[in-house]
Amino acid sequence: MEFAELIKIAKVENVQLSCPGLLPVKGTLCITSHHLLLSSQPGGNGEQGMVELWLLLRNIDAVEKRVASSSGSITLKCKDLKVLQLEIPGMEECLNISRSIEALSSVESVMMMYPFFYRPQSMKLKDGWQLYPLQHYYQQIATETTAWRLSCVNGEFTVCPSYPAAVIVPTAVDDNTLKKAARFHQGGRFPILSYYHKKNGTVLLRSSQPLIGPNRKRCPEDEQLLSAALNRGERGFIIDTRSAQAAKQARMMGGGTESKSSYPCWRRLHGPLERGRPLQESFIKLVEACNDTSLSMDRWLSKLESSKWLAHLKGALSTACLAAQCMEREEACVLVHGAEGTDTTLLVTALAQVILDPECRTLTGFQGLLEREWIKAGHPFHFRCARSAYSHARLKQEAPIFLLFLDCVWQLGRQFPFSLEFNEHLLLVLFEHTYASSYGTFLCNSEKERCLCEVKEKTHSLWSWLNQPSQQKKHLNPLYTYNALVIWPSVEPQSLQLWQDPLTLDIRPRFKQWGL
Amino acid sequence: MEHIRMPKVENVRLIDRISSRKAVLGTLYLTATHVIFVENVSETRKETWVLHSQISSIEKQATTATGCPLLIRCKNFQIIQLIIPQERDCHDVYISLIRLARPVKYEELYCFSFNPKLDKEEREQGWKLVGLKEEYNRMGVPNNYWQISDVNRDYQVCDSYPAEVYVPKSATAHVIVGSSKFRSRRRFPALSYYCKDNNASICRSSQPLSGFSARCLEDEQMLQAIRKANPGSNFIYVVDTRPKLNAMANRAAGKGYENEDNYSNIKFQFIGIENIHVMRSSLQKMLEVCELRSPSMSDFLWGLENSGWLKHIKAIMDAGIFIAKAVAEEGVSVLVHCSDGWDRTAQVCSVASLLLDPFYRTMKGFMVLIEKDWVSFGHKFNHRYGNLDGDPKEISPVIDQFIECVWQLMEQFPCAFEFNERFLIHIQHHIYSCQFGNFLCNSQKERRELKIQERTYSLWAHLWKNRADYMNPLYREDHSQTQGTLRPQTAPCNFLYKFWNGMYNRFEKGMHPRQSVTDYLMAVKEETQQLEEELEVLEERLAELKKVQLNNRKQNSKQQDRNKHIELSTSNNSIANTPQDYSSNVKSFPSRSPSQGDEEDSALILTQDNLKSSDPDLSATSDQESGVEDLSCRSPSGGGCLPSEDSGKDSDEAVFLTV
Repeated sequence: MEFAELIKIAKVENVQLSCPGLLPVKGTLCITSHHLLLSSQPGGNGEQGMVELWLLLRNIDAVEKRVASSSGSITLKCKDLKVLQLEIPGMEECLNISRSIEALSSVESVMMMYPFFYRPQSMKLKDGWQLYPLQHYYQQIATETTAWRLSCVNGEFTVCPSYPAAVIVPTAVDDNTLKKAARFHQGGRFPILSYYHKKNGTVLLRSSQPLIGPNRKRCPEDEQLLSAALNRGERGFIIDTRSAQAAKQARMMGGGTESKSSYPCWRRLHGPLERGRPLQESFIKLVEACNDTSLSMDRWLSKLESSKWLAHLKGALSTACLAAQCMEREEACVLVHGAEGTDTTLLVTALAQVILDPECRTLTGFQGLLEREWIKAGHPFHFRCARSAYSHARLKQEAPIFLLFLDCVWQLGRQFPFSLEFNEHLLLVLFEHTYASSYGTFLCNSEKERCLCEVKEKTHSLWSWLNQPSQQKKHLNPLYTYNALVIWPSVEPQSLQLWQDPLTLDIRPRFKQWGL
Repeated sequence: MEHIRMPKVENVRLIDRISSRKAVLGTLYLTATHVIFVENVSETRKETWVLHSQISSIEKQATTATGCPLLIRCKNFQIIQLIIPQERDCHDVYISLIRLARPVKYEELYCFSFNPKLDKEEREQGWKLVGLKEEYNRMGVPNNYWQISDVNRDYQVCDSYPAEVYVPKSATAHVIVGSSKFRSRRRFPALSYYCKDNNASICRSSQPLSGFSARCLEDEQMLQAIRKANPGSNFIYVVDTRPKLNAMANRAAGKGYENEDNYSNIKFQFIGIENIHVMRSSLQKMLEVCELRSPSMSDFLWGLENSGWLKHIKAIMDAGIFIAKAVAEEGVSVLVHCSDGWDRTAQVCSVASLLLDPFYRTMKGFMVLIEKDWVSFGHKFNHRYGNLDGDPKEISPVIDQFIECVWQLMEQFPCAFEFNERFLIHIQHHIYSCQFGNFLCNSQKERRELKIQERTYSLWAHLWKNRADYMNPLYREDHSQTQGTLRPQTAPCNFLYKFWNGMYNRFEKGMHPRQSVTDYLMAVKEETQQLEEELEVLEERLAELKKVQLNNRKQNSKQQDRNKHIELSTSNNSIANTPQDYSSNVKSFPSRSPSQGDEEDSALILTQDNLKSSDPDLSATSDQESGVEDLSCRSPSGGGCLPSEDSGKDSDEAVFLTV
């Protein structure tokens, strides 16, 4: 495929751009393989001066066009929730522009995406990709205990395609046992260490659901693996992110949840969290409510309520707190899983770490956490963030689970304004880059796919950009003071607020990201 | 004292509302002015003090095996739940409090016994802190268009108005008196705010007694005089803050609103703010939502919407914005009224003034604003806030709504106000506390008769003395957004109006951010100031040393050099040390209580202190600091912190975390 074939028209003059927060800008519109450019006519723009808009076509979620006889207007709804309007002279030009945008923004192939073409002069390829290797994380644990080892059983991604090559497992369990345990878990996601709580030596594990099925299958290797995670006489908690009923029902489909008789040292708790389609629909409703400027105060609250977004937020924080509480207060190990173990599971384990571990609240620690618990852990970013809240396309696997995580972190930052080293601006940048980015960090669904696409060799890492001193400065919280304590948030509805930044249509806060 | 049947009850338990399993044992005391609960735990002996005048309701609940529960709801939104072991004791406490919370004479109120140990002169100075004459002078009146009128000198024309009113120069006493006869409660149009820059003004009154067709020449002349006092404009707005339907209903009672045809050059405008009864029940509904124990997100949002509270706040704000716009942008004068012109009119005039004039956004200016639009113009504090036992239908959170409007504006314009949220919360507290004389009675006339200024103290002096606690560290009077008229966003309204957790759940400390940015920034600001002073001193010393050095250069220049070097390095050290100092400041900020070490404000201090000590979340050293949200308490297994073992039988039953 050649991009040139998709570009029906490369340049149109006298196009007017308007968006909330910005005076209308008139200028030249260009379409390139990956960008929509609009540069204003010199001097014709009053106080605003020269304006140049660089919009990644990948960022465009929906294109709505209205044509009249001699002109047309195109509304671009972006995945980062901004809305732009273009007035284009000439009907044909308008149609061609919209066709080009539609075609270019829906290119599916990962290798054709912008990160593979982006070559900033100031950066070197490969920088940043080795910033947070799991080996480093393991070494920290190894200084505290010998009970855990680094296993390369998944070196070829054959045992579990969505796990990274190296994982941390109990020393007492050999690779063969792991392989067998993996076969007993959906997608091969056998229980592995997610977080080691230095304070009391408890661990947070995660996996996918065990394949118990309607016949109540057992797997001695899996039972062995889980009991090896506990010291003699210790008890652990399994937090299932589904309701008890849903977990039970999953047996009919070959899944299920650990039974008390097979895993006598583990007690099960349920913290049901929504994911997948209901979560995406919640997101869509939330954005609809926020964009409806005609709402009265009353209708706004009921629309906010019916979106359920804040309820999901409360649920996620509550379950993460429960996991943290089991470790910190009950001094017990915790295993978290839902069904696939790639969505709500990661939400809970990552969030619990931010609550428990001051290291995860630093700028680099947080990046490391995202790398370990989301990217390497196999959260399918490519599927989940293919489309955002405006898309008219049929929903496939989209769900804003990572956005929900960022929102939860934002809530923590609001309740503990001195305890996070980074600010909400960083969270906003992360949100935008999961949906469309010049960097390869959030490409693909797993380490295996990233290897196949040679992402680490052919794209730049978001971290090396974010860690440039000029960027870092923007993302630091000036009030930060190291807080060694656990930060227990309040999850009362009164204490949770809507995170407005990603939702406001006003374009001004995004000027810099968009090169405006 | 004769009303106290039971001065002391032992073995009373105080329940923590967030998690009902936590209760502390202590002793309950009833005094002439306070209910006091003292915890038994010997090291802390934590005390909770509640002023009788803060009590809004007392509820005796069904006796259980553990005792007799008593629920005290306060006007400052504190809720205290006690369990008293003996039912008879509980009944006695209940009966005593019912009487104590509803005094029948002004003399029973706390301000008449409250003694901050200030001498007469200090007290008088306190009352002089806020003066309305100075305020009108500041606005630029009297001038060519406006004059002070003594027509109401002995409250003869209107007993709920101040003795001194500002009216258009062209309005004669005859016109004023004539107009007053055509207005509810004789509240004739008088000046509330005057804009020097363009002569536009905000005047206020009550509704005209127009019925279906009545007219009054003097009233028409009065409005014309107001228009003429603003030569730049050929009409005035008449803003009726009531919903149109209410205003029309009033016509049947011989009241109503101005007929545009009868008055020359007026533009009439309705702005639908609901009446005090709707507002009272709206607050009631919202407080019920706040009281829910672990509500779901839906319960909360539905409840909030159902209460309509934020909608009402928005209506008041919209009215203020309309008037501010008319005055600032169109240069048109506005006459505002509702029915009697002492509730909605006060709200709307003060919101508009606050938007228009940066002075009202300073601490002093805000005191003046309340004094002007609320106290002097006869807002019925006694009736609205139930200071004395009276008709419960008169009670309504009118000024609470105004205070919330200010908070909502502070959220939108964080740099525009000199004061912080705590200032608003403390003013609200004292409107109900009756600890100071400012808000007693229903009118200036009653206050003069009671000789309030001679017998009680002024809140403003007290707040002013502690102003360091009420500063907004982000305040920037030179900021472009905060200069001149504030222009709040009006649409979309989606995110604009928020639930004020800091007020309505003020005492549920666990729900608030665990670290206070305001206190932190204030500490940093103080620290910076200290360092700057230190720097100045050091620079002076350096200059001196240089001089000495110059003089002695020939003799022992080497030694001086060394001295200088030492001097410099020590000063550098002290700078390098500051980050640690900041953090120790941060850690100690809970002790920077608003009225710490201030004996006068005993009620407030004690509650504040209590909050602090009751709140392990703020005591920086323990692991409790960050506060644990007790999640497991919701598991049906009850009992222990986490589900206890079930009796060996397998299962697929598990414990649910309901969210």
